[in-house]
Amino acid sequence: MKTYLPPKFIVERDPERCIQCQVCVNQCAFDTHYYDAEDDEVRSRPDSCVGCHRCVLFCPTQALTIRRNPLDYRENYNWRPEVIEDIIKQAETGGVLLTGMGNDKGYRIYWDHLVLNASQVTNPSIDPLREPMELATYLGRKPDRVEIDRDYPGLKTELAPQVRIEVPVMFAAMSYGAVSINVHESLARAATEAGTLWNTGEGGLHPKLYEYGNNTIVQVASGRFGVHPKYLDVSRVVEIKIGQGAKPGIGGHLPGEKVSAEVSMTRMIPTGTDALSPAPQHDIYSIEDLAQLVYALKEATNYTKPISVKIAAVHNSAAIASGMVRAGADIIVLDGLRGATGAAPKIIRDNVGIPIEMALASVDTRLRQEGIRNQASVVISGGIRNSGDVAKAIALGADAVYIGTAALIALGCTLCQQCHTGKCAWGICTTDLALTKRLNPDIGARRLANLLRSWSLELKDILGGMGINALESLRGNRLHLRGVGLNETELEILGVRMAGS
Amino acid sequence: MKDLSKVNNPYGDDKVIDACSIFGMMDTAGRRFPGKDIVRAIANMHIRGNGLGGGFAVYGLYPQYADQYAFHIMYLSREGKSEVEAFIKQRFRLLHAEEVPTQPTPAIVNPPLVWRYFLEVEPQQCDGQSQDNYVVDRVMEVNTKIEDAFVFSSGKDMAVFKGVGYPEEIAEYFRLEQYEGYLWTAHGRFPTNTPGWWGGAHPFNILDWTVVHNGEISSYGINRRYLEQFGYHCAMHTDTEVIAYAIDLLMRRHSLPIEIVAKILAPSFWSAIERRPPAEQELLRTLRQVYGSLLLNGPFTIIIAHHGEMIGFTDRIRLRPLTVGVKGPVLYLSSEESAIRLVCPDLDRAWIPTGGEPIVGSLERPLVPQEVEVAGGGNIRC
Repeated sequence: MKTYLPPKFIVERDPERCIQCQVCVNQCAFDTHYYDAEDDEVRSRPDSCVGCHRCVLFCPTQALTIRRNPLDYRENYNWRPEVIEDIIKQAETGGVLLTGMGNDKGYRIYWDHLVLNASQVTNPSIDPLREPMELATYLGRKPDRVEIDRDYPGLKTELAPQVRIEVPVMFAAMSYGAVSINVHESLARAATEAGTLWNTGEGGLHPKLYEYGNNTIVQVASGRFGVHPKYLDVSRVVEIKIGQGAKPGIGGHLPGEKVSAEVSMTRMIPTGTDALSPAPQHDIYSIEDLAQLVYALKEATNYTKPISVKIAAVHNSAAIASGMVRAGADIIVLDGLRGATGAAPKIIRDNVGIPIEMALASVDTRLRQEGIRNQASVVISGGIRNSGDVAKAIALGADAVYIGTAALIALGCTLCQQCHTGKCAWGICTTDLALTKRLNPDIGARRLANLLRSWSLELKDILGGMGINALESLRGNRLHLRGVGLNETELEILGVRMAGS
Repeated sequence: MKDLSKVNNPYGDDKVIDACSIFGMMDTAGRRFPGKDIVRAIANMHIRGNGLGGGFAVYGLYPQYADQYAFHIMYLSREGKSEVEAFIKQRFRLLHAEEVPTQPTPAIVNPPLVWRYFLEVEPQQCDGQSQDNYVVDRVMEVNTKIEDAFVFSSGKDMAVFKGVGYPEEIAEYFRLEQYEGYLWTAHGRFPTNTPGWWGGAHPFNILDWTVVHNGEISSYGINRRYLEQFGYHCAMHTDTEVIAYAIDLLMRRHSLPIEIVAKILAPSFWSAIERRPPAEQELLRTLRQVYGSLLLNGPFTIIIAHHGEMIGFTDRIRLRPLTVGVKGPVLYLSSEESAIRLVCPDLDRAWIPTGGEPIVGSLERPLVPQEVEVAGGGNIRC
């Protein structure tokens, strides 16, 4: 069938600069560039370009420019080019459109409508270069009070397991199989260096990464891939995955092509078979079922590890979160509308779920109203872009955040949204051995650890400016936030006052 | 219900912002002394206030009514007074009531009426609740429900005298020279966003607990949200109110001693905790993990008092001043050393405590002179 789909990008090659070296040909995983031996010339097929800019970065003579194809259809606010092209794709395939990464639509980004406070005159700001500034955070269930004996120190209260992270930023769940082993290794090593945690996602943990177990959150998801006693034992935290912000209510589908020998060993499924995660956990059809799985995992780990439960942020998150805490979750994770994925139906990614800022604010408020906020740590994810977002999330009430997309960008990702094809030219979201080699874990770990270091330094600057020297004094401290350009209902849900008031 | 923030925080800011002078003196041997010295001392720090609030707390004040709750109540109208008095007669056994004596003072304009009541709680009135809890609830009721009335203080054998003016003017107005106590604290206030309201002056009191405070708590938002979970409603929007409730929660309801409370409100840094012996590490770490939301972050110095005890400490990096002086059994705490030296030029010792270190004066453990070896041989008494 002749495709009616126009190319998304224009590939420009400067003949003055091109030396026919074919680096672009080798770098492109989508066969955009090819070498015509007869003419001794490198040429392009722009219709297969995904705009990942791998060739641009690696061309030794900077001969390449990738530009957006203007696609000047007659202007129409309703029938935008993306809408038209999605229909064309479906007319030609008859299938569900798949995509990768997070929601790219123009839903309001509330972080951009919240501003932070600083000290002036009536209290001093604190200079983090000269004064201690504390970002350490303990995740886990806390009791209502501490009991002590008369004789100092005489502590009587015994806490549930707590996990210390040095910076309130952790790496979000990205499964092996979806991403490459080198991504996992980079994340694990960077988390270890920075004193934080990374998350295996639902695809198991490769045995060569067991040594990083102390900084590892292992996931137990609906497919139960790679879940075995050793997997639980080596971890620091066990996370039950109920849902994911990119595709609330939808399961996972790792195509058989990506199930290599190593993936098959780690996931404990035959090589080349599709790895299908059911949409729900089939042993959890209600809240009391969740409690059973939470306590089954606590029993299995002998009450030595916090149990986390992750859900996608949906309309009733506050009530659901309250149930999760009462069901025994020590950490609850909310993944918002902009949470990313290795593959999801586009229509789900772009239309289901709620902004994480709203979910966080309403969950934190509800847990406080019920007097159970101390019983679980709250972690959020989905679209956190920088330390400013982190600070605002903490002020709204989060204990810590997960970053996924930001971490992948540090590794080279340019958000071309082709994760679901398994052909990632940056060697991130692929199990193709030739491509995965492109990500050197030594360099990957360095880049990720650098990112966390940058954000830590910036967070200290932000705290110091507010005259605060410990993160716990910002946590849930919404008086340090003001809204800009928000209506009264939005301000009320966020629990934030308007700038100037 | 009346909205206290309307009188105390008329612009609706996040909270009342103020800075201050504070002074405390206590005879740890329990001897009562007049208020002359503390008035001179707090007046010496006149410039730290701006005339929009001054006040004093006195302990050991009413030996003749030592076992009765002494309510000092401010009235802005006759209606408020009759409503409160009807309420008191219904909820307590009233032993004695009188107007708090005052004298005309040029600087004090338009003062409210202040009365004191000596009250007992009948067992059937508190219905199984402890007497203290019963009294707290009734004070909250008067403060939040009855118009034109506010309870200055509600402890036994103690009282708070406060108002709008410089502290020395408040002292003159309430004729403090006629009273004696073994423990006095004082406060001069410099609020920046309130025109001044008599109820908003310090000391802040509930039962026999008083707090005087100099500082601005940058963690106010989360401190307040944390306390709300335990049923405390911060109606006045002041840091001091948050501190008072935090202390009530930790000491009265969670039964923690003051030294531990200081470690919650002004905790050691994580790195310092790691240098402590293992058992102490575990305690300090647990306190921060559980009570992290009560860490008072930002500059403050507070003096907390209740019967038999006076405690002063600063925030953990000492962003507001505190000087300690000792003379025999008398402990002085002050924003400035000069104020102590003014009333006691020959101190045994004076020093500046480190950030977050609680200085405790206690009747149970009276101060005794110590011999200290000094360089070059010989001992000094201090």
